[in-house]
Amino acid sequence: MSKTIKVDYLARVEGEGALYIRIKDDRVTQVQLKIFEPPRFFEAFLQGRKFTEAPDITARICGICPVAYQMSSVHAMEQLLGLKVEGPLRELRRLIYCGEWIESHGLHVYMLHAPDFLGYADALQMARDYPEVVKRGLKLKQIGNELVALVGGREVHPINVRVGGFYSVPRKKDLVPMVEKLKWARDAALETVRWVGTFDFPPVEPEYEFVSLRHPQEYPFNEGRLVSNKGLDIAVDDFENHFEEEHVPYTTALHSVIKARGAYYVGPMARYNNNFDLLPSGVQAAAQEAGLTSFCRNPFQSIIVRSVEILYACEESLRIIDQYEQPDRPYLEAEPRAGVGHGISEAPRGSLYHRYRIDDQGVIQEAKIVPPTSQNQKTVESDLYQVAVQNLHLPEDQLTWLCEQAIRNYDPCISCSVHFLKLHLERH
Amino acid sequence: MLVIGIGHDWRGDDAAGRLVARHLQEQPNDLFLVREMSGDAADLLNAWQEAEAVIVVDAIHGPAAPGTIYRFDAQAQPLPAHLFPACSTHAWGIAEAVALGRILQSLPPTLIIYGIVGQNFGLGTGLSPAVAPAIPETTQRILKELECLKR
Repeated sequence: MSKTIKVDYLARVEGEGALYIRIKDDRVTQVQLKIFEPPRFFEAFLQGRKFTEAPDITARICGICPVAYQMSSVHAMEQLLGLKVEGPLRELRRLIYCGEWIESHGLHVYMLHAPDFLGYADALQMARDYPEVVKRGLKLKQIGNELVALVGGREVHPINVRVGGFYSVPRKKDLVPMVEKLKWARDAALETVRWVGTFDFPPVEPEYEFVSLRHPQEYPFNEGRLVSNKGLDIAVDDFENHFEEEHVPYTTALHSVIKARGAYYVGPMARYNNNFDLLPSGVQAAAQEAGLTSFCRNPFQSIIVRSVEILYACEESLRIIDQYEQPDRPYLEAEPRAGVGHGISEAPRGSLYHRYRIDDQGVIQEAKIVPPTSQNQKTVESDLYQVAVQNLHLPEDQLTWLCEQAIRNYDPCISCSVHFLKLHLERH
Repeated sequence: MLVIGIGHDWRGDDAAGRLVARHLQEQPNDLFLVREMSGDAADLLNAWQEAEAVIVVDAIHGPAAPGTIYRFDAQAQPLPAHLFPACSTHAWGIAEAVALGRILQSLPPTLIIYGIVGQNFGLGTGLSPAVAPAIPETTQRILKELECLKR
């Protein structure tokens, strides 16, 4: 007997993609995550543009994580130019990234992923039974939006980030009104961690290679070395010596692999597992109270990890605002020079790699962007294979639900990956 | 009272809601506040808590001629999905905000939505000739509506 389970348009993920699972004689024979959103050719758009334009052009790749694109691009350019952004400007970059994590994670935890665990088709249905919970999620997201707008000029596609710093910087008194809101958000985030910790999680713990930035002193946003739980420890500019992208016929997004090892896992779980010791003790305690240890392999528990990162982002925002002193200059200047620069920052969905080559006039000759959803594609397919194999006994609608949930564990952003869902489950 | 103009300045007729908001901002008044927003659902639901009466203006896709002005009483009816389609799961918009606000019982007592049918949503600034006259007309209709709401 053979059978195909297919979901033509995966819901509650960003962008357009589909999933095919083919089953023959009670064996899963094929799993394909198909991304059919057309390629967007951003790397080609960048050629011929000034190096200063990269943060604003690449921000347009994604409406939910534009800050990540801006951060990876400015860090790549600054590496190339020999600029070192420090002090309050560096802190402001962490602050705007906190805002993006709060809004992106808040949306995914409450509106896109929680309905899976509670048995609702979507957040609107969930809101009928959990109105106060949904209100909490919306307010959290809104506070994240507000933080991004405050530092970045507006909440979607912020306009204030530039190579060397910012076009303008907030005064201390501009940031202070956020304190009470962020204290509310910190309490709400703690409630979120406790709430998602009560969900039921399928008992799966695959063996993954978790890849993320690691910085000696801080939970990573913008800086550090790229590390994994399997011994990877490289400088950012060594990325392409260890990772490569592959064309796969059934998807418009490239698959990214670690050379000679294959699939790997980026995102909140990777950051958490590689950097647990760098979380404040209160955040560690909240994670442990919710059932996590210092290392989490169950991808379904990513909803707890995301909530832990919301809590961290709130704490970190409060710390930054408390210690903030307005810098004398909003940005550092540098004359263009020919060279190649690399940047990796931690987007909400994981490590985001940028490389640029510019000429002595500062014109971009070549650009390469490797977004987190591309990097996770092979791992998502591997998870789906395991989920399908372990749950073939389930009725088709339940198996389909579980497969979609497994995809949403990664909060995939298909729009980013093509710079991706439908499920097709085929039984023969 | 609060008027919210939604849209994007650099996507042709999508700027219509913001342009109406700017016309209203120029009117001397102590009746209403004006805000421009990107249209994110969480931000809209939050802003709606600020006033008893809210009027939202946005550009829409529609079967009617470009420049056609629609008016909906969001307290009385859901927004028609064919005029306010979901564009992205990661960016809930006005229709989702109204639906969620209704379930959460957090819609303002008065919530009026004006939709201006756009023609060109491509890159660049400037309104289509067929859409431009709808800006002053919608502004005048909203001013009259605000006067009625005051009473």
